[in-house]
Amino acid sequence: MSRIKTVFASLKQQGKTALIPYITAGDPHPKFTVSLMHTLVEHGADMIELGVPFSDPMADGPVIQRASERALLHKVGLTVVLDMVKTFRQTDQATPIILMGYANPIEAVGAVAFADKAKAADVDGVITVDYPPEECGSFVKELQDRDIDPVFLLSPTTDAKRVELIVNQASGFVYYVSLKGVTGAANLDIVEVAGRVASIREQTNLPVGVGFGIRDAATAKATAAIADAVVVGSRMVLAIEGSNEANLLSNVANLMTELKTAVDAA
Amino acid sequence: MQLYDMPDARGHFGQYGGTFVAETLVEALEELRVMYEKYRHDPVFLAEYAYDLKHFVGRPSPIYHAKRLSDKVGGAQIYLKREDLNHTGAHKINNTIGQALLAKRMGKPRVIAETGAGQHGVATATIAARLGLECVVYMGSEDVKRQAPNVFRMKLLGATVVPVESGSKTLKDALNEAMRDWVTNVHNTFYIIGTVAGPHPYPMMVRDFQAIIGIEAKQQMMEMVGRQPEAVVACVGGGSNAMGIFYPYIDVPNVRLIGVEAAGLGMETGKHAAPLTANSAVGVLHGNRTYLMQDADGNIIETHSISAGLDYPGVGPEHAWLKDIKRAEYVAVTDDEAMAAFHNLCRTEGIIPALESSHGLAYAEKLAKTMSKDKIILVNLSGRGDKDINTVAKLANISL
Repeated sequence: MSRIKTVFASLKQQGKTALIPYITAGDPHPKFTVSLMHTLVEHGADMIELGVPFSDPMADGPVIQRASERALLHKVGLTVVLDMVKTFRQTDQATPIILMGYANPIEAVGAVAFADKAKAADVDGVITVDYPPEECGSFVKELQDRDIDPVFLLSPTTDAKRVELIVNQASGFVYYVSLKGVTGAANLDIVEVAGRVASIREQTNLPVGVGFGIRDAATAKATAAIADAVVVGSRMVLAIEGSNEANLLSNVANLMTELKTAVDAA
Repeated sequence: MQLYDMPDARGHFGQYGGTFVAETLVEALEELRVMYEKYRHDPVFLAEYAYDLKHFVGRPSPIYHAKRLSDKVGGAQIYLKREDLNHTGAHKINNTIGQALLAKRMGKPRVIAETGAGQHGVATATIAARLGLECVVYMGSEDVKRQAPNVFRMKLLGATVVPVESGSKTLKDALNEAMRDWVTNVHNTFYIIGTVAGPHPYPMMVRDFQAIIGIEAKQQMMEMVGRQPEAVVACVGGGSNAMGIFYPYIDVPNVRLIGVEAAGLGMETGKHAAPLTANSAVGVLHGNRTYLMQDADGNIIETHSISAGLDYPGVGPEHAWLKDIKRAEYVAVTDDEAMAAFHNLCRTEGIIPALESSHGLAYAEKLAKTMSKDKIILVNLSGRGDKDINTVAKLANISL
């Protein structure tokens, strides 16, 4: 069983919702990334979404774009990110790592070579924002042949027919983007999200994660009540951006503790 | 001979093009695809488009025989398709009218655009004013500085110009920002893309709206000289003016199609904006697969050109296809070569060309020298150079 599946199964038994923080690899500096990952796990991360920096992150808002720019100053590309995962795995073999990024860095390596390298680094899932199922060719198969889960996004504008198409390709979980717009945008409508999540569940047995717009304990708790996983991205990156070298890990730990308490209370 | 029929139903030109977008944009693009399919052959829609091209833009734009330039260069005769004479001073308006009319039919009261040199922004602001649509234009902050007159023109026309500070602060970043606006406001907003790039159906739709250039040119060449030129030359950034004049010529045998990219400081320096000439790696950016200037990690690298309109790291996917099937040739000329051609046209013909178009002129001069006087080269003079006078003056250390 894949790590992602194992984690969701165990949380389900405990009646809990997964908390998945997102950080951009290499932000604020590559020397912190692996320690940040361990800090996230120590303070309640059930899985980690690790952003692969990209020069043109079209689906992201300004917060995550700035994180990408900080990482790219230090030349943190896909190869470096995979090395970070390898280092993380030396002391953590349990926490699923999901890479999140854009198609071009993968295409620069090649789909097959990327799948091999991701497997070698012990990556568990891959979200490729601008690879809709119609365009990603054999990529899904290459990942699944290596027991890596291709995780796909569903949006408020995805109709039932497309949900069907997407859940048939996805594994691990599906990620419901709770807002129209880019990452970090405002105003989560929890009632609307609950309705959408319920209808997605009618079409798939895969766990449903919800992200985009979760900014504090209250929104995390409300989302945890309706989803199998809560993804926190821009808020996490803002905490990193607002920290200095001395308080980086403690600020991130405090935010994680706050979110974890809220998610567990749902 | 099989007639050219690209792209496929999902916007693929061979391996190029496609719809590489986040799930949040899929429905908006599908809506656009369906609406464009509905109207692209609709006689009422096309009549409205044709009316505006004639009465608002001033089409057809003439073809002009640049005799003194041809004599000075010595060799083939250089003819110019005068897109510089269009309302707003460039070919960009052909496309913005088409897309704005579509926006109106789709009930979208707000249009947004990205712009590099500012020509597409001005053309969008212009048609938005004429149709009473709200207009927001995204422009890299570097370009806002380089193209101050066009920024002011957009504001005069009632548009909001948003300087984009992210990334390289140029055209590609403006495109990213416009996409973000669109994904957030898609319920009331139509995104008017200015070049033959972006996700399907944009590369096809922009080509179709620009094809009027080549359709007219084919007829005008017959009227003027009774035959078609040996070569058609156009500058290529994203490639909309080139696609517009090339497309109707694709099935015409014995007409060379030559796209001229920006070699910037020189191909050997790496500081250029010529992914086709450089044979850059193929990748995915802005919703389509194409040749892209990128580093080993697949990050897009900063481009260089004296001309803001050519300063783009990718190229429309149909150009990538035409290169691969060898129906079109792609070359590049440097900033200096383009500047020399700029001055040459000013002095010999009394026409101030855009710096973008000057790249096409520079290559046409080179090519003309290798051809006999009875041969003809048709250059798409895609825009006029009034917007560039600050850049040119600065190069000569003159303050205006």
